[in-house]
Amino acid sequence: MALYSEKVMDHFTNPRNVGKIENADGVGEVGNAKCGDIMKIYLKIENGIIADVKFNTFGCGSAIASSSMATELIKGKPIEEALALTNKAVAEALDGLPAHKMHCSVLAEEAIRAAIKDYYDKNGISYDKSEFPEPHDEDEHFAEED
Amino acid sequence: MKTVYVDNAATTAMSDRAIEAMTPYLKGVYGNPSSLHSVGQTAKEALDSARARIAKCINCEPREIYFTSGGSEADNQAIRSAAANGARKGKKHIITTVFEHHAVLHPLKKLEKEGFEVTYLDVHSNGLITAEEVAAAIRPDTALVTVMFANNEIGTIQPIAEIGKICRERGVIFHTDAVQAVGHVPVDCAALKVDMLSLSAHKFHGAKGVGALYVRRGVPLQTFVEGGAQERGKRAGTENLAGIASMAAALEEACEKMQAVSAKERELRDRLIDGLLKIPHSRLNGDRESRLPSNVNMCFEGIEGESLLLLLDAKGICASSGSACTSGSLDPSHVLLALGLPHEVAHGSLRLSLSSENTREDVEIILREVPKVVEYLRGISPVWEKLEKGEAPHLI
Repeated sequence: MALYSEKVMDHFTNPRNVGKIENADGVGEVGNAKCGDIMKIYLKIENGIIADVKFNTFGCGSAIASSSMATELIKGKPIEEALALTNKAVAEALDGLPAHKMHCSVLAEEAIRAAIKDYYDKNGISYDKSEFPEPHDEDEHFAEED
Repeated sequence: MKTVYVDNAATTAMSDRAIEAMTPYLKGVYGNPSSLHSVGQTAKEALDSARARIAKCINCEPREIYFTSGGSEADNQAIRSAAANGARKGKKHIITTVFEHHAVLHPLKKLEKEGFEVTYLDVHSNGLITAEEVAAAIRPDTALVTVMFANNEIGTIQPIAEIGKICRERGVIFHTDAVQAVGHVPVDCAALKVDMLSLSAHKFHGAKGVGALYVRRGVPLQTFVEGGAQERGKRAGTENLAGIASMAAALEEACEKMQAVSAKERELRDRLIDGLLKIPHSRLNGDRESRLPSNVNMCFEGIEGESLLLLLDAKGICASSGSACTSGSLDPSHVLLALGLPHEVAHGSLRLSLSSENTREDVEIILREVPKVVEYLRGISPVWEKLEKGEAPHLI
C-alpha cells in the first residue's frame, strides 16, 4: 500500500485554495519550521460566512493535503461551522492519514481557529477565550525515541 | 514516462551477472553445504568459491569472511563482539562518530544502558573527522573504535587508513561500516589496517538479504547466532547460497568496472552539483572532494523534503531526503544536524545517489525538474515568504 491515500495525493498534487488573500479579514499561522510544518490560513469573511479562504504551507505531503482539504471544508460555511471543524474530520475527508502524520490535520484545525481568532480580535468581536487554546507546542514531538 | 532512479544508496538494481550467478542455486544446486553427500558438497564448493572471490576483492583471506544477512547484522555482530571481548578485560569504552548509520548507533545506545561509555566524535561541517581526533579520544580502557567508511546520506569518505594505523599502534580494535564504500571505491582490508569491516551485497548490485563481516585473523569474534557450525561456528544457520553467489559475482563485477564507473558517476555527480547550486539559497552537504563519486546531497531553503520527493516521484525521479517526514519521526536526519545545519534547513534536503545505469539524459531531467519543483514549493511556503520579505534571515 502506498504511504498516502489517493485523496491525499490528489489534494497534495492539486491543492485547492492555495495562495494568499490581500487585506484578509483574518490570518492564522501555526507550527514552526524547526518541526518541518508551518500552515498559514487567510480568510475573507462576509456576513459571518467564510466567503474565501487561501493557504500557504511549508511541510510534507500530508501537511499540504490537510491544508487543502480543510480550506475546502470551510469555504462558504458560517464561521461557527468552521470553528467546529475537527482534525479528525479533516483526516477522514482525506480517507485517513498515517498515524505519524495525524499532527498535520491538527495543524489545519489550529490554523483555521487562529485565523478566526485573528478576525475576532481585529473586529473587536468578543469570544470565549477557552474556545481558543494556544496552539499546542510541537516541541512535544521531540521527545526521546525510547 | 522514463523512470530516473537516483536512490542507489538505498538499494541498487541487481546486475545481470549477479542474477545469473544466483540462479543455479535457486534451480538445480539445492544442497545444504553442511551435508556430506555429493549434492551438499557441490553447494559447499560454490560457497567456498564465493568466499574466496569476495576475499580477493577486499584483499583478505577467505577465512576472514563471515557471511551475514546484510550490513546491519554485520555491524551488530562486530560491535557486540568487540564490546563483549573488551568487557572481559575491563575495557568498556567505545569511540564512534555522531553520524554513523543506526545499525551502529542503536547497538551502541544499548551498550550504554549495559554500562559501556561511548564517545561520539563530532564531525566537522564538511562531514569529516580527522584521525587525530580519534587518537585523542583513545583511552586505556577503549575496547573499540567504529567509524563509517563512507556516510550513507552525504557520501563523505573518512580517513580510514589513518584511523586504522593509529588504532593498530594503540592496540585498539577498529571496525568500519563500509556498506556504502565496498564496490564503489577501492577497499583493501590489509592496507587500511581495519580489524572488522561490514559490507552489504545489495548496495553494489547484488541480492538483498546478504552481506558479510570481515574479521582479521587473530581478532576474536563472538558467536552471534547460536545453533550450528556454519561460518566457523560464529553465525549459525544454513547459508543463503544463492544470495552469497550473487554477492561474489556482483562484487567482482563492481571491482572490475570500478574505475570506469567512478569516472562516469563523478562526471554526472559534478554536473548535478553545479546545476543544482544554481538554485538560489541552496547548498551542497558534505565535502566535495572526499566524497563518493555517486553521492549528491543538497539543501534548498524554505521547502520541506518529503513534498519535494513526492513531486519529483510524480515526474519519474526516485530520490530520497533526510527530512523528518521521511524518517517517520519529526526530527530531520541526524547526519545533517551533525553538520551543524539548523533544523529548518535540514528539513529541505535531497539526496541523489547514482549508479552506472544513470545517464546524461537522467541528469538533464533532474536539472530540469528539481528547480521547477523547488520554485513551486517555495511559492506556497510561508517560510520562504518570510525569507523573501526579509522578515527572517536566510540561513543558506
